[in-house]
Amino acid sequence: MDSHAKTPAPDAAPPRLELRGITKRFPGCLANDHVDLLLRPGEIHALLGENGAGKSTLVKMIYGVLHPDSGSLLWQGRETVVPDPAGARRLGIGMVFQHFSLFDTLTVAENIALGLDEPGRMDALSERIRTVSERYGLALDPERHVFHLSVGERQRVEIVRCLLQDPRLLIMDEPTSVLTPQEAAKLFETLRRLAAEGCTILYISHKLEEIRALCDRATVLRAGRVVGACDPRRETARGLAEMMIGSELSTPERLPPGEAGAARLVVRHLSTTSDNPFATSLKDVSFEVRAGEILGIAGVAGNGQAELMAALSGEALIADPQAVTIEGVPAGHLGPRARRSLGLAFVPEERLGRGAVPELSLSENALLSGYAREPLVRGGLVHFGRARAYAETIIKGFNVVAHGHRAEARSLSGGNLQKFIIGREILQKPKLLVVGQPTWGVDAGAAAAIHKALIALARSGAAVLVISQDLDELFVLSDRISVLFHGRLSDSRPTHETSVERIGLLMGGLFGTPPDEDGEITRAV
Amino acid sequence: MSAELALIGPILAAMFAAATPLLFAALGETVVEKSGVLNLGVEGMMLMGAVCGFAITVKTGSAPLGLLVAAGAGAAMGALFGVLTLLLLANQVATGLALTLFGVGLSALIGQGFVGIPLEGLPKLNIPGLTDLPVIGQALFGQDLLVYLGVLAVPLVHLFLYRTRAGLVLRAVGENHHAAHALGYKVIRIRFLAVMFGGAMSGLGGAFLSMDYTPMWAENMTSGRGWIALALVVFATWKPVRVMLGAWLFGGVTIAQLHVQGMGIAIPSQLLSMLPYLATVLVLVLISRDVARIRLNAPACLGKLFHPDS
Repeated sequence: MDSHAKTPAPDAAPPRLELRGITKRFPGCLANDHVDLLLRPGEIHALLGENGAGKSTLVKMIYGVLHPDSGSLLWQGRETVVPDPAGARRLGIGMVFQHFSLFDTLTVAENIALGLDEPGRMDALSERIRTVSERYGLALDPERHVFHLSVGERQRVEIVRCLLQDPRLLIMDEPTSVLTPQEAAKLFETLRRLAAEGCTILYISHKLEEIRALCDRATVLRAGRVVGACDPRRETARGLAEMMIGSELSTPERLPPGEAGAARLVVRHLSTTSDNPFATSLKDVSFEVRAGEILGIAGVAGNGQAELMAALSGEALIADPQAVTIEGVPAGHLGPRARRSLGLAFVPEERLGRGAVPELSLSENALLSGYAREPLVRGGLVHFGRARAYAETIIKGFNVVAHGHRAEARSLSGGNLQKFIIGREILQKPKLLVVGQPTWGVDAGAAAAIHKALIALARSGAAVLVISQDLDELFVLSDRISVLFHGRLSDSRPTHETSVERIGLLMGGLFGTPPDEDGEITRAV
Repeated sequence: MSAELALIGPILAAMFAAATPLLFAALGETVVEKSGVLNLGVEGMMLMGAVCGFAITVKTGSAPLGLLVAAGAGAAMGALFGVLTLLLLANQVATGLALTLFGVGLSALIGQGFVGIPLEGLPKLNIPGLTDLPVIGQALFGQDLLVYLGVLAVPLVHLFLYRTRAGLVLRAVGENHHAAHALGYKVIRIRFLAVMFGGAMSGLGGAFLSMDYTPMWAENMTSGRGWIALALVVFATWKPVRVMLGAWLFGGVTIAQLHVQGMGIAIPSQLLSMLPYLATVLVLVLISRDVARIRLNAPACLGKLFHPDS
């Protein structure tokens, strides 16, 4: 690690952007504390940090969405105030947001027009979109409505929107968190090409391998402060991770797969249809999860994960009871409560609002799913003493950082709330646990703890189903992996017999065609 | 010419007139809702427009001034709603209901001295030759200015929403206010203007009732048209042309049931008076059963509060 370079190389033009002592305070937290950052023309610069380290706040200030409390910003060597996003765009700063700032019911061209200050006539704009998207290999049809597009295509809309303004600095906020590995590789090509043309790229991510492959320099943020700068190509992923979290990283061990026992969850020919044009229908999905194993379901968001979760939890009822069998009992027609009493526990993707009620205390939230299997309710009356004790057990057992059982669910950080919710389900000793995105937006330490807990649960004889977009996570956890694409599920493969590349191809919809490593042909779906 | 045919002309003419208050109010509310705001105060804004327009016309003798003040009164009510919900972040549903109650009360108070005063009504168009055409002459060429203005507002609102940049921004704000804010659009300002436009249109709709349709003031004279206008917007899936068709349907049934009452058929008059409301809701429910269409056209942020820092 070298010290943070304050002075540009003697031959270089003035830095594209320099931040000096930027500080931003929110009620109750110091989001950025005297942050210095220097971006040179044509470099790909990584901004690294855990969730909550202050990365998003910092780039929002560069883009004019937020304003710093103190500190100064120098654009091309001159002190500048970025009044608002339109002002940032005028300077030549473009930004691709983590949560896309797109409008579902508008067309691609309309969406792009909204991000331009002088879009001109719509037909001329469509033509420009076609030209730019071809030039950078980002195929797009300007007339399509955004809700028809895949996540990767949506990102292209955002990128093309920025490119049309000929940016000098392009900010990418966690751009690959929703892409397949192949889509990510293609994005990197585009970014390298842009950088070669002189555009500076500020790349925010916590995916270390990517940063090592793509970026020229990295600045690491922790708790709102710059804690280091380095050349990521000369660091190991582990070293970067430890800079980010400021302590040693403990990773869960890959245990040898346990003896898979009886099938706890059997799904046969599950198909759904929906009135909602934004939903994906499931098409003839079949799989089973056995006692003692973890089945991972990979896939890019929006390929039927939400619908599969709803069909499994009982939020959506299935006409055919046999489509979902829990512990040998046909359960397709049963609601969530009946399925819970069969031994199903469930951790939804949305922590606040579905996994927990934001305004309720932890003990009340513990009661919400715990009452079925723990003696927390007697004769219709809540036994608050037991609910409290149960919440305390979860808090202790899973190292949840919270102000006791009275804390409101929304006051917890994402990682701590997720530990609490998963703990609540695991302590009920489920026979079958279904988890959606267990570590989405969770810091590395909590993620490791959650992974350990899930593996321990499976090894104790429960069946575990993990639906996730995070391939690294699935490769750590799963014994077998399947892929969901456009509502169809691929056959599962044992994790040790497959690779990230293969799963990535399946995530992109290449079911069937290419022969796999063993020379077999996977089932055409 | 047969007697039946002779009847169709006046019925048609009356239908367009009966539809006009709804058309104004519902078009205004369409723009409001497309920007992501649900204002249930349409009834109250219409009543304020009705009483203010009437009072000014009686006092000054100038109908154009009356209309202007009616639109202003509606816009002021809309601005009040905007201050409460957009700036002070009050709940939109509760505030809208309160606005209606407020409008009912305040309009009755203002109108106390004007009950029973007759007014001449707005001048009608008269094009020799055309207006005298049989059957359609009176309906198409014998209305007053507001009726034409209402119909003209349909393509104008449509063009604004779907062909102008301002309309695109307004729809974007209603679709995803956080994204619009992140792109640098002034969500609150845009919504405030939309709410004031909606108020002005409601005010004009109400003024048409008191200054022309039944040229007099009576307490609560909109008799639920504001609510029908609200329903119309949803069932028309926020599309101006469908709003117009719905308004005409309401107008048509209103006139038809009046004639049935006039013929002395033995159906309780209350049932017949209910018919326009029932028929409008029923037909619109039937043609808008397509859930997908509702979802695609409904502004995703409808009724949601927006705070720039959250």
